[in-house]
Amino acid sequence: MTDTRQLCVMMAGASLSGMFTPNLWSGGPAPGQLYNFPASKTQHDSKTHTMYPSTSGTSVVGLVYDGGVMLAADTLGSYGSLARFRNINRVFKVTNKAVLACSGDIADYQFIREVIEQKVRDDEIHGYTPELNAGALHCWLTRVLYNRRSKFDPLWLESVVAGYKGDKPFLGFVDKIGTAFEAKEVATGFGVHLAIPMIREAREKGNLTKDTARKLLVDCLKVLYYRDCRAHFKYQLADITPEGITIHDDLDLKQDTSWEVANFIRGYD
Amino acid sequence: MALDMVMEPDYMRDPRKHHFSPYMENGGTSIAIAGDDFVMIASDTRLTRGFNILSREQEKVLPLTANTMMASSGCWADVLTLSKVLKDRITMYSHEHNETMPTTAVAQMLSTMLYWRRFFPYYVSNILAGLDEQGKGVVYHYDPVGHMEQLAFSATGASVAQIQPLLDNQAGALNMKDTTPPKITRDLARQLIHDAFISAAERDINTGDGVIVHTITKEGKTEETIKLRRD
Repeated sequence: MTDTRQLCVMMAGASLSGMFTPNLWSGGPAPGQLYNFPASKTQHDSKTHTMYPSTSGTSVVGLVYDGGVMLAADTLGSYGSLARFRNINRVFKVTNKAVLACSGDIADYQFIREVIEQKVRDDEIHGYTPELNAGALHCWLTRVLYNRRSKFDPLWLESVVAGYKGDKPFLGFVDKIGTAFEAKEVATGFGVHLAIPMIREAREKGNLTKDTARKLLVDCLKVLYYRDCRAHFKYQLADITPEGITIHDDLDLKQDTSWEVANFIRGYD
Repeated sequence: MALDMVMEPDYMRDPRKHHFSPYMENGGTSIAIAGDDFVMIASDTRLTRGFNILSREQEKVLPLTANTMMASSGCWADVLTLSKVLKDRITMYSHEHNETMPTTAVAQMLSTMLYWRRFFPYYVSNILAGLDEQGKGVVYHYDPVGHMEQLAFSATGASVAQIQPLLDNQAGALNMKDTTPPKITRDLARQLIHDAFISAAERDINTGDGVIVHTITKEGKTEETIKLRRD
């Protein structure tokens, strides 16, 4: 198994080198070759840390409404079935035009966040004027995640990128193998099953204003809190409009929930 | 596995190991039909993951040059990567040779690029359609590791089993006695693509939502959108 895999990766990376002409940029790869992303090993030895559960976050839900993009995720870091950390922020303002939120391995998220923060600083100090926008960040993430999966050392993430690309609202998804797409509503984890149908249904009924969008998003989180055992009542919500980004931290939906019916359930005691 | 779970308390068990596969099947179906002075290439717009619909409007036909287009489906992450690299190479070719890369050259290069990943393949089914140097429509079909074949018409992707026999029968007049293949006109090609996708969407959950049909002629490219069932 290991030998085959190493052979695969070697063929994929090494056999391409030198057969084609120039690199895409100086120090970069030739097209189709693997790029050495920061902190990844050069030898293709599989690492195991992402193959084990460590602290993980559950669903992220995002939607495009009339006049902006909204995104929400709860703040729970689960350790297996243990609700280990109850105040982990995983919605991250990258620039004034892009927000990133991730579910999956929190460690991998925090790693990629640091890399992105450094990238944004580098862009700034090198006088690269256009701010990293959501489209660019999304595209960059697809390359990084695809690159890592090709080395069999994936970043165990499902990410949602929200923001603006030029003057158009942008909402995109990338997962750990590099599957990426843009959509009007995006969710990860259980949100794909529970939240997406709710948003699609609401959209069919009429336009989503800022108010209805936020109500809808909170409704989605509430359903997720009721039904997803790894979900939590504390959450963060990001609202992105052409004017800028607002991230609401420390929101709470406990007072909106009711567990009355729990008293009527029989047969599990 | 199930027995272990019952026998041992969870703190006695090894940490759960997640399975990692670098591939994923994201569905998608494509058809291309060549005529004397045109070629049509179409794909559905549904992107799936298991029983989930990730997107209802994911175009899978990619413009490569002024008269070449490629339809790809399979592992969407690989589609994105392959198409990015392919487009880069075509740009590099045009800078180096100061001319647009001809369809035949793109076709050969795609095969070569796929074969270079022979032992860690792009999990992608491709059809390439375009006009050759004489302005005649050509269709190339590929397997994931670079086998290439030039054909008059072809289907690929999730619903290939539903569509290819239909095309063989209606466009190729194959497997029948005393029949001659019809002349492939634009109307016929368009009708076949339309009917094929409607039928495939009825039977295959990985195909649906919509079809975008591209037509390439000497005059340029046009596109048409057809609705499909969304359930």
